[in-house]
Amino acid sequence: MSQRVEITLRVNGERVSRSVEPRRHLIDFLRLDLGLTGSHAGCEHGVCGACTVRVDDEIVRGCLVLAASLDGAEVTTIEGLTESGEVADLQAAFVARNAAQCGFCTPGMVMAAADILRHHQDADRTAIREHLSGNYCRCTGYQAIVDAVAETLESRR
Amino acid sequence: MNEIPTPENIGLSREDLPNSYIGRSVPRPNLPKLVQGLASYTDDVTLPRMVHAAFLRSPHAHARIVKVDSAAALAVPGVLRVFTGADLAKVCDPWVATLDHLKGMKSAPQHPLPLERATWQGEPVVAVIAESRAAAEDGVAALAVEWEPLPAQLDMETALAPGAVLIHPALGDNLVFTRTATKGDVEAAMAAAHKVVEATFVTGRHTGVTLEPRSIIADYNRADGTLTAHHSTQAPHMMQGVFAKQLRMEEGQVRVICKDVGGSFGIKVHVYPDEVAVAAIAKVMGRPVKFVADRFESFVSDIHARDHRLKGRIAVDAEGKILAFDIDDLTGIGPYSVYPRTSAVEGNQVVNLCGGPYDFANYRCTTTVVLQNKTPTCQYRAVGHPIATAVTEGLVDLAAEALGMDPIEIRRRNLIRDDAYPYTSPPGMRFEGLSHHAALEKLLAMVPVAKIRADQEAQRKKGVYRGLGFASFIELTNPSPFMYGLGGARISAQDGATVRMDPDGSVVVLSGVTEQGQGTEGILRQIVAHGVGVALERVKVVTGDTQTTPYGGGTWACRGAGIGGEAALQSAIALKQQILVVAGAMLQAAPESLDIVLGQVVDKATGRERMPLGELGRILYFRGDTLPKDLPRELVQTRHFITKEYPFAFTNGIQACWAEVDAETGLVTVLEHWCVEDCGRVINPLLVDEQVRGGIVQGLGGALYEHCVYDGQGNLLTTTMADYLVPMSAEMPDIHVGHVETPTRESLLGAKGAGEAGTAGAPAALMNAINDALRPLGARVTEQPFTPACILQALGKI
Repeated sequence: MSQRVEITLRVNGERVSRSVEPRRHLIDFLRLDLGLTGSHAGCEHGVCGACTVRVDDEIVRGCLVLAASLDGAEVTTIEGLTESGEVADLQAAFVARNAAQCGFCTPGMVMAAADILRHHQDADRTAIREHLSGNYCRCTGYQAIVDAVAETLESRR
Repeated sequence: MNEIPTPENIGLSREDLPNSYIGRSVPRPNLPKLVQGLASYTDDVTLPRMVHAAFLRSPHAHARIVKVDSAAALAVPGVLRVFTGADLAKVCDPWVATLDHLKGMKSAPQHPLPLERATWQGEPVVAVIAESRAAAEDGVAALAVEWEPLPAQLDMETALAPGAVLIHPALGDNLVFTRTATKGDVEAAMAAAHKVVEATFVTGRHTGVTLEPRSIIADYNRADGTLTAHHSTQAPHMMQGVFAKQLRMEEGQVRVICKDVGGSFGIKVHVYPDEVAVAAIAKVMGRPVKFVADRFESFVSDIHARDHRLKGRIAVDAEGKILAFDIDDLTGIGPYSVYPRTSAVEGNQVVNLCGGPYDFANYRCTTTVVLQNKTPTCQYRAVGHPIATAVTEGLVDLAAEALGMDPIEIRRRNLIRDDAYPYTSPPGMRFEGLSHHAALEKLLAMVPVAKIRADQEAQRKKGVYRGLGFASFIELTNPSPFMYGLGGARISAQDGATVRMDPDGSVVVLSGVTEQGQGTEGILRQIVAHGVGVALERVKVVTGDTQTTPYGGGTWACRGAGIGGEAALQSAIALKQQILVVAGAMLQAAPESLDIVLGQVVDKATGRERMPLGELGRILYFRGDTLPKDLPRELVQTRHFITKEYPFAFTNGIQACWAEVDAETGLVTVLEHWCVEDCGRVINPLLVDEQVRGGIVQGLGGALYEHCVYDGQGNLLTTTMADYLVPMSAEMPDIHVGHVETPTRESLLGAKGAGEAGTAGAPAALMNAINDALRPLGARVTEQPFTPACILQALGKI
């Protein structure tokens, strides 16, 4: 594993240059190389969604994307999303409705919910449940999360 | 403040008082960091000189370890050390998981890494330590282990039969534990009954799937001889004792810190060999060692649960009165009983809980707990409850069907009367106060039964099969030492809280119960703010550190609110009384004439503000020279609490499930679900409701999707989240939650547990709903999970 790949990209608006192993996943790159521990590795098979981050304008699984493929990309994590204030209302709704328990899934859930707010403003509860089905929550029963997203969508209309 | 506090005079469950927080839906203090990605889970912690562990795990269900060749592994760049079972046995003692009060129980010594044989596929066998996790995994891949595969005992049904593979020959057989509870004369009752119906039930092997995997960083400091473990655990003080004992240290030399814990559900309250191995390796290497299970490791090494087969009979008279239950339970627990809670408790709970909601005279229930070469099982959320509830409620519905009686009516005729308490159940469980009938009536006010039955009838004519199912349940919470301590386990049933006021008038509470997402810190903050008389925002809660918090058991078995909450309330009241003594001296007033409201010392009679707590703190801490010399100045109070009269605080509830079964595909869709539960005093309805919903979803997951499936050689086939299915948001319905409140009189707070009620009842309610749907088709299911294949088999289609 001596071969390394040079990449330069923007993460949460900041320019980052690193030399990475070809096998380095985005989630490990964020957590281990950049210290951005808000995104979590839950299953490492692309199923649970705890590592959901935004690359350019799409949400992706941080455990399925190789860092080496991201030269020139724009990556936004929960830290950057919070800093920008883009989903401050959604995060406030999560807090008010107790839409997180242990919180391990929550950053990924907020990233996925932010995608609904950006691209699916007409989503109803069923559509919200469908869209969030790539993000497992083992604690809440999902209802408070759906409530929080629905309320935020409604308040933005 | 000389009056004795009562729920009434301290304003519990009142929202009209300015300082009344107990009973209010207020947000948790730790949520902003969770939604902003600023929490600190164990894997988020990085320490200087830290190295990483990866484990070679047995590829066989049962095999002799002939030879471990680590030369190639040690040549991998970044690999530092390799440890075998023999290496760790030099520094770490084995443990045996039995409890003295479970008569006749036996198990075998377990080492952090096995010495001679691997006894389940996935058992950690060799540890590789490297500069990074990736390098450690490269090292594992380079290990050369020579195995001699041995015959494996997989089927629990044959574990005690002649010719069974003896998993631990020294034990003589594969029997871990058996117990029979009897009351009355079951055979006579069966013989005289109007109807006797029977069925065999299976509950599938599940696991907890905490989204944060098991995680630990163990750091041994040679200079001061201390071990510090950053650990994702529910029971830091228990683990402090375990690490000390196994590594031959004093408890005071071990500190366990658990910051944010990403879900637990009972998974993180056990002693895992790989985690003890990491602690032992840290002691050998004198530096921090991190291990975080990956998802494959979680599935093969987190405890499993619920692998039971139950044969049940129920006898009823012509009026539907239950005369007897007769149940035979068999469970396979893997090759070792899990330390220190043991793997006999789940079966023992089945014996204690079957028939639990009902008033009946004759009972016989046997559990038989056997060894097998699969992943060890132990306590997982609602231990034994969903099993006991499934067999009980399944049999009650079968009896109703045999009698031609409505399932609601048979429950109404048999549920223990609300005025019958105290009440002792046939297996000897003592109930202080339950509310089955009130809960049933409340449920019926929420569930539109007539409308649903009309819809069911109309849909059947269109070939759409829908069913309504009910399940009453009891739940064991607030455990006393009768659960573990009595059997010799160093697991605290008592818990403590220290509450102090700092100079600025803010309050800090340190508690021995822990937070894994339930909202422990949120309710402790409410309780202490209420008890002292300050605004919520002025209270900081500290949990999860054995060095700073009072010794306690942690959070499991629904004890956080009931035990830890009461300790916090008592210490908060004591602090308030102490503050008022100081205030009385400063204000030349009798302490009992004063009160504290929202951080202000006030005249109790008039509410007139006399002094903010910040001013009191300033004078006390910085100008103590101005106060009477003999004034007691301790603005810190500690109280401990343990239940005294009852071994357990039982709760109760009832659930209803409305489901649709596709007779062509076998797919089950849960349309709507209801739960009414009685957890005593509700401290925060918002938190309790979502706890109940989460529990229901976990119960529905186990009943519909979740299954640890093994092949014929004992290989676990469901080792990714794509194979082991947990419920997703789109599959789950909106869930309606209601409450009846019967506070326990064991404590001032009156709280019982709420976290397991949902899981206890949901599978049974769903099973009964499915069978209600299938009834016109002459089919019935009793073996979980109710997969499409299971449904189609019941329908005779495959």
